[in-house]
Amino acid sequence: MTAISDRQKLAYVNAQAADGRVNLEFETEEGMTLNMGPQHPATHGTLRIVAKLDGEQVIHCEPVMGYMHRGYEKLLEVRTYPQVNTLVNRIDWLGSFTNEVPFILASEKLMGVEAPPRAQWIRTILFELGRIANISLFLGDTALHMGGMTAAFYAFRDREFVLNQIEAVTGGRFHPNFDRIGGLKDDFPKGWIADTKAVMARLRDFCDEIEDLVVGNEIFQARTRGIGIIPGDIAQSYGLSGANLRASGVDWDLRRDVPVGLAWDQCDWTVWTHPDGDSFSRYWVRLQEVREATKIVDQLCDGLPSGPIMAKVPRIIKVPEGEAWVATENPLGEMGYYVVSKGDLGPFRVKIRTASFNNISVIPWVTRGVYVPDVISILASLYFILGDIDR
Amino acid sequence: MGLVESGKMPKPLTNLLNISRRYSIWIFQWGLACCAIEMGAALGSPRYDVMRLGVIPLPASPRQADLVCISGTVTDKMVPAIRRLYDQMPDPKYVISMGSCANCGGPYWDSYSVTKGVDQIIPVDVYVPGCPPRPEALLEGIVLLQERIRHEDMAERWKGDPIVVT
Repeated sequence: MTAISDRQKLAYVNAQAADGRVNLEFETEEGMTLNMGPQHPATHGTLRIVAKLDGEQVIHCEPVMGYMHRGYEKLLEVRTYPQVNTLVNRIDWLGSFTNEVPFILASEKLMGVEAPPRAQWIRTILFELGRIANISLFLGDTALHMGGMTAAFYAFRDREFVLNQIEAVTGGRFHPNFDRIGGLKDDFPKGWIADTKAVMARLRDFCDEIEDLVVGNEIFQARTRGIGIIPGDIAQSYGLSGANLRASGVDWDLRRDVPVGLAWDQCDWTVWTHPDGDSFSRYWVRLQEVREATKIVDQLCDGLPSGPIMAKVPRIIKVPEGEAWVATENPLGEMGYYVVSKGDLGPFRVKIRTASFNNISVIPWVTRGVYVPDVISILASLYFILGDIDR
Repeated sequence: MGLVESGKMPKPLTNLLNISRRYSIWIFQWGLACCAIEMGAALGSPRYDVMRLGVIPLPASPRQADLVCISGTVTDKMVPAIRRLYDQMPDPKYVISMGSCANCGGPYWDSYSVTKGVDQIIPVDVYVPGCPPRPEALLEGIVLLQERIRHEDMAERWKGDPIVVT
């Protein structure tokens, strides 16, 4: 009864053939092959996990990527600099503003422009708000994967307040497109700072709530403690970054270690590490990261300098010839842009280093020999976003 | 459902059937990209709370779903999975295409790996534009779909034009 056009029929046949080819690659003779995804809640999008099982134990587990590959690096070659800004928002879609900042900083480095102090501080505030919006969802979502639905509702409830604050400044709930070469689009609206401090207090309450509800939960601890242990040297050799690395006991945070001109060095905050390296410690480190981020936002709101928010830049932006690399500490880990310019309106080539791509490369190592339910908790605690993996 | 499709069902019965179907939609969440987060906010968060509209967002499999919400960028590699899951859904089935990417390719209109519109693969009932659409926009799309189901003649089901939320 469904009317299907010839075009749809052709697409269907092609699709079936492509699907068959993919399945052939993973045919095995011994054991059982378990497919998770590409549409599976534990994969935060469209990651496909192919696990070879022996009974309930995983012999080998391989992530199959590319279901969300949108060809970013090629697209950026045909966009102008302001247009790039719009597009890179959508790489890590939970904390969008954090994707814009490294690219803008790299472009500013090439142009020799520096944003005024107020712009840098506002950038830092929005960056940390993006971090809170990103990780607070993780805190609820991970509990959801372990079977606790309540925490996800709490996370969605309190995340809305952060999104409201971002929307009040930028006009977008989570694709702000607010950063400009040489500064920012606008200043804060009236009364925003007081509202934000109230929201930050609320978020700290949310962290306490999560600590009671999830971290103290016996089932959650049984599912995560001692599961998926990644030692520090293995984590470093696989190129892990961000909270995944800090949870393995490596004290490394780009915000503190590699200053890029933003205002993190102006405030008092702690980089938390955990010696265990298991799923639980990854969750715990991220929980502390949200707390620290609320503190950073509070301190920056108190000491916000006055002045202009835009440096002098030409109306038509042409970036002189050269190459620049800027990396910042994203909610997911190290994110950097290597921008090559030939003096045109748009970049000649952009290499994007995203954190999730390296973070999931450890999956085959960390899941060998674990049980199938533990794969879920490991995947959830590694915390990747598919746009960030495939770009 | 043969009697229903042939259009020979008595009018009061059709009305009753449509009212029941309207308020018991099981929506399958096909979250692909950014829009999945807004869909999650619309369907799973206490602020927007889709269950008050008579929509249940938690079917365990597409075989139990009446409505699928394709939210996000559809890539060429993802197409087989989408088509297969759509085929597994029982009739009558409806599709919401959420966000610019699923509607027409959106910001990736010139990308080599993105399918420019999910309507090349499966028939779409409601297009919700935006990048990403607010949760309210998705709820509006669902309400419009419910209106359509209410006044639907099963025999004429696929002859109508798709709805665009403005």
